[in-house]
Amino acid sequence: MENASPALKADDLAGFRAAQRLAYDCAEATAADMRPGMTERQVAARMKAWLVKHGATDCFHEPFAWFGDRTAFRGLIGIKQLGGFNPAFYPGLRRLERNMPFILDCAPTLYGYTADIGYCGVIGENATLDQLMDDLLEYRMLILEQVRARRPLAEISRAVDALCQRHGYEPRHKAYPFETLAHRIEILDDDGKDAHLTIANFGVRNISELVRDRVRGAREGWNPIWNSSAKSEHAPTPGLWAVEPHLGFRDVGAKWEELLVVTEDDAFWLDDDVPQVRRWKQRGLWPLEQAA
Amino acid sequence: MMTMKVDMNVTSGDVNLAVYRWGAAARKGTKAKPVIVLVHGYPDSASVWAGTAEALSQRYQVVAYDVRGAGRSSRPQDTSAYRLEHLVGDLAAVVDAVSPDQPVHLVGHDWGSIQSWEAVTTPRLKGRIASYTSMSGPSLDHAGMWLRARLASRSATDKAAVLKQLAHSWYIGAFHLPVLAPALWKVAGNALWPAMLARVEGIRDAAANPTQAEDGVHGVKLYRANVGERLSKPRLRTTDIPVQLVFPRGDHFMIEEIWDDLPRWVPNLWRCDVDAGHWLPVSHPQLVADKIARFVDFVQSGKQPADLQRARITAPGRPRRHAGKLVLITGAGSGFGRETALAFAEAGADVIAVDINKEAAERTATLCRLSEVSAWARVVDVGNARAMRSLASWVGKEFGAVDVVVNNAGIGLAGSFFDTSDADWDKVLKINLGGVIQGSRLFGAQMIESGRKGHIVNVASMGAYTPTRFMSAYNTSKAAVRMLSDCLRAELAEHDIHVATICPGLSITNITQSTRFVGVSEAEQQRKQSDATRLYQRRNLKPQAIARSILKAVEQRSAEVPVGVEAHGSRLLSRLVPGLSRRLAQLDLEP
Repeated sequence: MENASPALKADDLAGFRAAQRLAYDCAEATAADMRPGMTERQVAARMKAWLVKHGATDCFHEPFAWFGDRTAFRGLIGIKQLGGFNPAFYPGLRRLERNMPFILDCAPTLYGYTADIGYCGVIGENATLDQLMDDLLEYRMLILEQVRARRPLAEISRAVDALCQRHGYEPRHKAYPFETLAHRIEILDDDGKDAHLTIANFGVRNISELVRDRVRGAREGWNPIWNSSAKSEHAPTPGLWAVEPHLGFRDVGAKWEELLVVTEDDAFWLDDDVPQVRRWKQRGLWPLEQAA
Repeated sequence: MMTMKVDMNVTSGDVNLAVYRWGAAARKGTKAKPVIVLVHGYPDSASVWAGTAEALSQRYQVVAYDVRGAGRSSRPQDTSAYRLEHLVGDLAAVVDAVSPDQPVHLVGHDWGSIQSWEAVTTPRLKGRIASYTSMSGPSLDHAGMWLRARLASRSATDKAAVLKQLAHSWYIGAFHLPVLAPALWKVAGNALWPAMLARVEGIRDAAANPTQAEDGVHGVKLYRANVGERLSKPRLRTTDIPVQLVFPRGDHFMIEEIWDDLPRWVPNLWRCDVDAGHWLPVSHPQLVADKIARFVDFVQSGKQPADLQRARITAPGRPRRHAGKLVLITGAGSGFGRETALAFAEAGADVIAVDINKEAAERTATLCRLSEVSAWARVVDVGNARAMRSLASWVGKEFGAVDVVVNNAGIGLAGSFFDTSDADWDKVLKINLGGVIQGSRLFGAQMIESGRKGHIVNVASMGAYTPTRFMSAYNTSKAAVRMLSDCLRAELAEHDIHVATICPGLSITNITQSTRFVGVSEAEQQRKQSDATRLYQRRNLKPQAIARSILKAVEQRSAEVPVGVEAHGSRLLSRLVPGLSRRLAQLDLEP
C-alpha cells in the first residue's frame, strides 16, 4: 500500500508515521501528568516542551488545549466571523477539574514530516465524552469508505454533517477556521535547524505550504481545505490530509485527528495504532472486518 | 375545627398533652393498621392537621397532638422547658401511648418538622419510628452546618444563599426581641393571623383557631430556647430512617437551598416538590395526605412505585426543574421532538421517546440517558390509532400516566389543492391531526384517572393562522390542532390539566427535506425540498428554540405560544389585518 502514491514514497510515509506517533505520544504523556487545577496554557506549554525535547523542530500549529465546555466550541470560542480565526481558540486560563473533558491538539514537524493530531480525555468520568468518543468510530469509517469510493470531498463533508444530525450532535469543526473538516499536509525541507518561525501560534513554513496549495488548487480546481463548500466539490486529491471531525453535544466536545493517505485510486489511514483505535478495540467496538 | 375533641391526655413529665385520633384501630384478628403521628408547627395547634388526618383516616390510625405551649396542652412558663429534648420527650410519650406495639410513621410540619428531625436523629425514639415525612422545617443542626459551610465558602453564590435565607427568616430575629413579640401576639394575634394567612398564603377559609393568640405567645419560646444555640454550635445529626422531604415550591419562609446538603446526613432520602405554599396542610390537605400515604405504603410494603423511585435523592444538590416528571414525546427521533426530549431530560425528567423510526427513537433515548435520567424508546406510527392505543396501554401499565405529553409528530405537504389527492389528505390528517387526537385522548384520560395535573402540549405551526395557496392540507391540519387544543383546554380546566398549543415559525428540521410537494416531478420535488431547506437554514430558527418554548409553556402553563418573529407576525396579521393576511395568502411563495 505504501507505493501507491507517486509523490509519497514509502520512506515518506514512514517519516509521517513517526511524526504522528511522536504527536500522540506527546498527548498521552502530557495527559498522564495532567492534574486538576492546571490551566490550558500550562498544559499546552508542557506539550510544547515535550515535543521540543523529543526532536520536533517545527509545527503546523503550536499545541492547543481546551478544557470543559471549551471542548464544545460554544459561545465565544464558536464565533465564526473572520473566517473562524478567533482568539478564544488559543489556550486560555481555564483550569481543569475532575470529570471535565479535555482536548489536546498538537502538530509537530519531525525531519520535515508534519503530523496533526487530536486527543481527548477526562480525569475521572464523563458519560457524554464516552458516548462521543464511541461514536467517533463511525466517522472514521464513513470518511475512509467514501474517499475510497472517490466521492467528492464536499459530499463527504455533508455526509459527515448528516451523520452528526442522525447522532444528535453538532459538527463543531464548523467553528474552525474555514469550517475545516480536514486540511492538506505537505513535506517540508529537513534543513537541520532546531527551530522555525511561528506567527500567532502557526508554523510559517507549513502555513506557506497550505497557501501555496491554495494557489495551485485554485488553478487546478481543488481546495486544500476540505469542507462542505462548493470549493471542495471535487474528487479526493492525492496526498496527505489531516482529518479532524469534531463533535459536540451540549457542553462536551470530542475529536480525533489523523493523517489520511489519499492515492490516485485508493486511500488509507496512515496508522491504525493510535489511541482512539486502541480504545475502540478495548471497548469491543472495533469492527474487525473493516479494519483491514 | 373548633369542635375537634380531645381523645386522650398523655403526660410527659409535668406537662399534659392533648391528643386527637382519627380512624379506628383494626378489629381483633385483622392486621393492625399503620399508625401515623402528625406534629404541628408554629403558631398552629393540632387543628392544622384536620383535613389531612380526615383524608388519611380510612386506611390508617392517625394521631395528632397539641405540642406543649399550644392548643389544649399545658403551657410551661419557663423558656428552657421548650428545649428540643423536652419536645422529643413529649413525642416519645405520645408514641408510647398510642402505638405501644408497632413503630409509627412520623409527619412534621414547620416547627413540628424541626422537632421531629431531632426525634429521628437522636436515640430517644430508636426503633419506634418507621418513616418520617418532613415539610418546611429543617433540623436546626443541619441548618447550622449548612450556614457554616456557606459562610466558610469563597463562592459568592453560597454567600448569597445565606443572605437569601436570612431575608426569609427575619421573623426569627424578631421573635428574640424581648417583650415585643409576645406583646404583639397578645394585642393583635387573633385578628392579624388569619389576615396574614390570607395575604401571604392565599388561605381564606381557615377556621379561626380559638387559642391562636396564646399559641403565638408561648410558641415564641420555641425559638428562644433552641435556635441560637443550635445554629451557632451545630452537632452532627444523621439517620438511616427512610425520610421523605415534601418541598412546597411557594414557601415564603424557607429557601430551596437549605435542603441542598441533606443527602449528606440522610442516606435514605426521597424528595417531592409540590406546587403549594408554606401552610400546605391547610391549603392542600388531600395532596399532603396522598404524599404521606404513598410513602407510608412504600415503607410498609417495600414496594416502591415508579414515581417514588424517581424521587430518590442520593447526592447533594437540588433536584432539577422537572425532576421526577415523566414526559412522552411523539416524533422524538429528530427535530423539535428530539430537542424537546433532550431539554426535558436535561431538566431532570424521564422521557418516553416515540418515533416511527426505531433507530432514531433509540438514539434520542440514549442521548437523554446522558443526562442521568431514565428514557425509553417506542416505535409507533401516530397515524395508527391501534398502535397509539397499545402505546397508551403500555404507559398505563408501567407508569399509570405521564405528566407531560408532547404531541409533536407531523409531516409536511405542499402544492396546489387540486394536486392534493384523497390519499394525501388522508395521510396528512391522520398523522398531523389524528396523532394529536389520539395522544390527547389516551394520555389525557390517564391523567384524569390518576388525578395528575398534567400537561398536554400540541405542536401546531404558524400555518395554523397563516393561509397560503400552496399549503392547504398542511395548514388545515395545523389549524385543526389549534382549535382542538382550545376546546380541550376548556374541557380539561376542571381537572387542572393544562393544554398548550405551540406554533413554531420556519425552523430547521428534516420536515423540509421530507415535505412532499404534490403535482411536480421527482426531480422538481427534490429541488423544492432543497430550496425549502435552504430558506429555513437562512432563517436559522433552531429546534432548540422550540424546545425551550415548550418547556417554558409547561412551566408557565401558557395556552398558546408562537415561536419566532414570523410566527408572532403572522398571528398579529391574522388578528389585526385579516384582509391583508388573505391577500398575502394569494402570493405564490412556494419554493
